[in-house]
This record gives sequence, structure tokens and C-alpha cells, in this order.
Amino acid sequence: MSKNFSLRSLLVRPEVATFLMFLAIMIGFYIANERFLDARNIRIVMGITPEYIIVAIGIAILMISGEFDLSVGSVFALVPMTIVQMVHQGIPPWFAIFLGLMIGIIVGFVNGFITLRFGIPSFIATLGMLYIARSLTTVATAGFPPPFPHILPNELFVYQFELFRASLYWALLVAVVLGVMLHRSNVGNWIYATGGDQNAASSMGIKTGNVKMFCFILCGFLAGFAGMIQTFRLEAPLPSQGYLLELESIAAAVIGGVSLFGGIGTVFGAVIGAILIRFLESGIIMARIDAEWFRAGLGSLIIIAVVFNTYISRRATRIGQNKAKD
Amino acid sequence: MEDIIVCEGLNKYYSGVHALKDLSLKIKKDSVVGLIGDNGAGKSTLIKILSGAHQPDSGHIYFEGNKVKFKSTKEAMNLGIETIYQYSALIPEMSIARNIFIGREQTQYNVGNFGLMKTKTMQDDAMKALTDVELHLRSPDTPVNQLSGGERQGVVIARAMYFKSKVLILDEPTNHLSVKETNKVLRFVEGLKSQGVTSIFITHNLSHVYPIADHLCVMARGEKIADLDKKDTTIDHLTDLLVNG
Repeated sequence: MSKNFSLRSLLVRPEVATFLMFLAIMIGFYIANERFLDARNIRIVMGITPEYIIVAIGIAILMISGEFDLSVGSVFALVPMTIVQMVHQGIPPWFAIFLGLMIGIIVGFVNGFITLRFGIPSFIATLGMLYIARSLTTVATAGFPPPFPHILPNELFVYQFELFRASLYWALLVAVVLGVMLHRSNVGNWIYATGGDQNAASSMGIKTGNVKMFCFILCGFLAGFAGMIQTFRLEAPLPSQGYLLELESIAAAVIGGVSLFGGIGTVFGAVIGAILIRFLESGIIMARIDAEWFRAGLGSLIIIAVVFNTYISRRATRIGQNKAKD
Repeated sequence: MEDIIVCEGLNKYYSGVHALKDLSLKIKKDSVVGLIGDNGAGKSTLIKILSGAHQPDSGHIYFEGNKVKFKSTKEAMNLGIETIYQYSALIPEMSIARNIFIGREQTQYNVGNFGLMKTKTMQDDAMKALTDVELHLRSPDTPVNQLSGGERQGVVIARAMYFKSKVLILDEPTNHLSVKETNKVLRFVEGLKSQGVTSIFITHNLSHVYPIADHLCVMARGEKIADLDKKDTTIDHLTDLLVNG
């Protein structure tokens, strides 16, 4: 009986459902084309995935606190572009990286400040920032994408090992540190409480404004850091980098079981969600399906994931309430 | 008996509306005070001031004989005044244990105010806190949204007890509850007296608070219109005051 119950409570965890979906997709595409899971394809997919994982984690934590950030795609381009341009201006590489990452932090702060100070939806505040940061990136490009300065320490972030790139280990480091923060630290408890019910959280003495501000800043920083990794991998700063990434990272978080209403979600779910999207993309290509079907597949996946999670959480609540009545 | 809370001449305006008019009130230690009044009588304003959520525009509050000025709910909580709001200060998706320790987590490896939660200790202490208020639930990991309304109030009361509150302010704790669940909550509150906790029970339903109250205070239009020991009054008299103000 108790074993039965723990199995059920495991199945109702949204990220477990995501993981099952992930396995189903992996197996399905493997059947379609065996080379989908060979070392070469895994190397290709996992070479680009870490950047998306890092952004998705930032978005997931911010969404758990009850807010959105639509500007991550633009920050993803702005931060590396400023780093490259600063190096071209003669600023030492590490100092340029430091200043560049500070821009991500500042954008996050501005997003948070506007949302919290003026009490407007973060959807709007960060939609504005989406355009502003993208525009700044194009301006910073000065008409023509600059060459990549090879004095930048890009190997440290993207060196290709046998199977994985260094960027995957950076992403894992981010996931572990922030996973512990979210799930084991008191700050994590405040983030869940703030997103779960802001009134209740502040009546228990939690400074919900500060908690949200922290999540905005974290999200901006991670978006910039991930963008820097992509530029370091491509060795080309492109002003169009990260286009539509904001929606894709929200998709990753949602597929991973993060609630749009805040208070629910895990770092693990966001990681799986991001990996799943990249393998879905690769699988469609490998199965020789027209690549244009990727977006249809992604769209279906988002809807299925949310419908499934909603159904499961309703059922779990009902089971619990029936038990309480007994 | 000594007074644990004394209010003197409290006034509060909300954008021109005089929500609380020159209110003075004494609350005896280890008693259950019923604060009754119709909607808009000023009950909520008074408890927001006592709980530190809002500040009075004039007047003084004394707690255990000392003059106090709360700038936040945290300050009131640190002194031992805990408020249980109508909307229930619990996060539905979070577990019972996490809810009990919101904002007051037990942590280790601290860096400033931040640290890792002692999950096991928090779970054990949560279970103990629940048992102390005679609430027997399966597991401290159960999400609060799987509990009934009465059980949720029980968790909130257990939380207040665990953190050694001296005064518990309950804002309409029996609203939206079935008769059976209401009786449960009333039993929790009655049990508090013997543990040295003073409760202020706010309600517009006289029949809920009358059986367990020692003292009753009736409010209307932001003023206190009656302040009586139970032995000096009857339910009919109080009903008359409530209806006719």
C-alpha cells in the first residue's frame, strides 16, 4: 500500500512525466533512424544544448517566482556583442567578459525594477526590453558583424572533449548550484512561496520584491552567460543570435513542468525540457522529415505537456482530498 | 490578570476614509477575545495594525507593558504576535513542513541570512508541531492543497504554536468551513488558552466565537461600540448590538 502510494506520488511529479516523454521521443527517433543515438549525433546535439539549458534554468527559476522574462533572447546577443566590441576597443579580455556579464545583470535589474516599481506585468516590461536590447545589439554591431578576437579565452568554455564540450560541464555546474539553491536552501523556499502565493509569503515576512528582483537578475545574468558561450563556440558574434530564444526557453521550462502561474517547477525539469527540444529538432532531421515540422512538433509537445500536467495535478489534489475526508 | 496588549486612541485613514476611529482596547493575557462586527466595521484595519502590516496614523500600542511600533509583520512576529489571515497564509503547492517554516527555515552552512535547509529536522519538528495541536496527518511532505479547510487552519495554528507565539490573531478562521471543520478549528483555539496563548478571534459570525470567548468586543463603522466580559452579556444582547449598531 505505502509502496503503491509512493509510486503514485512519484508519477504525479511533473518533471517525471517530462522525463518519460523524453525517453519516448529518444526511443521513437532511434527506431526511425539508428544513427540518432550514435556518438556523432550526440556530440552534435550536446554541443549546442548547454547554452539552451543555462537560459532555461534562469527562465524556470524566474517563472517559479511568478514572473516572466521575454528579453533573454536579446540579452543572449547583446552581452557577447559588447564583450567582442570591448575587446576590439583594447579592453583586456577578462575585464571585457566581466563588464559584459554585468550588462546581463543590469538588464535583469532594470526588468525587475520596472516590473516591481511600477507594478506592471513583467510580460510587458520585458517585451519592451526585448526590443531595446536587440536594438542596442545591432547598434553595437556598427553595421557589420565584427570578427571574433582570438585573444578571448573561448576554449575554457567550449573546448570539444571526446564526446562533450566544456560548455556542458558549465551548464551542469549551473544546474547543480542553482538546483541546490532552489530545492535545498531557504532562498529556494522563499522563491516557491513568492510564486505560490505572494500575499501569504509577504504576510510571513518574506520580502517578495527582493526575491523577485534576485530572480530577474539571475535570469539576465544566465542569458548573457549562455549567449557568450554560443559566440565563443561559433567564433562569430551575430546580432541575430538568440532570435526567438525567449519563447523556446519558456517552452523548455513549461515542458519541464514549470507552471505559468508560478510556485511549481524544478531545475531538473527545465534541463530535461531544454535537452528534449534539441533532440526533437535533431530527431526530425535524422528521420528525414522536412525540418519545417520541428516547430509543429515543439508546439504539440508544449500543449501535450501542459494538458498532461494539469490533468495530473488535478487528479493528485482529488486523491488527497478524498483521503482527507476518510 | 495583566493585559498583554493595550491600544490607546488608534486612528487610521485610507485615502480620506476614517477606517478606525479613536479605538482603545485592552486584551487580557491567556484569554480568548472575540472581535465581532459586520463587514466594513474596522475589524480588519485593527488587526492589520496589531499585526504590523499597516501603521496607525495616531495612537499607541503597548505589548506586555512596553510601547511598541511595528514597521512590518516580521517585527510583530518576532515579539510573538502571529496573525492567521482569512486567505490562509499557506502556499497551496508547498509541503506542510515547508509551509510551517516559511521565512523561518532551519538552516546550516549559513552565509549571512542564507543557508541550506535542515530538511530532516524541519520534517520531524513539523510532525511534532502538528501532533501538539492534536492534528494527525500522514506525512509532513503532503502538499497543503491536499488538506481540508479545517486541517489547513490547524497547520497554521500549529505553526504559530511552534514559534512560541504569545498572541494569535485569527481573521475569520471559520469562514467557508463546514460545521464539522468549524468545530475542529474552535477546539484548536480553545486548546490555546491552556498553553498560555492569547487569541483574538475575528468573525462576523457570533455563534462561532461566543462558546469559546472570555471577552467580546463589538465594532461598527470603525468604532468600538461594546467591550464586555462574557459573564456580563448574553448572545441576544450581542446580536442586538451587531444588528442595530
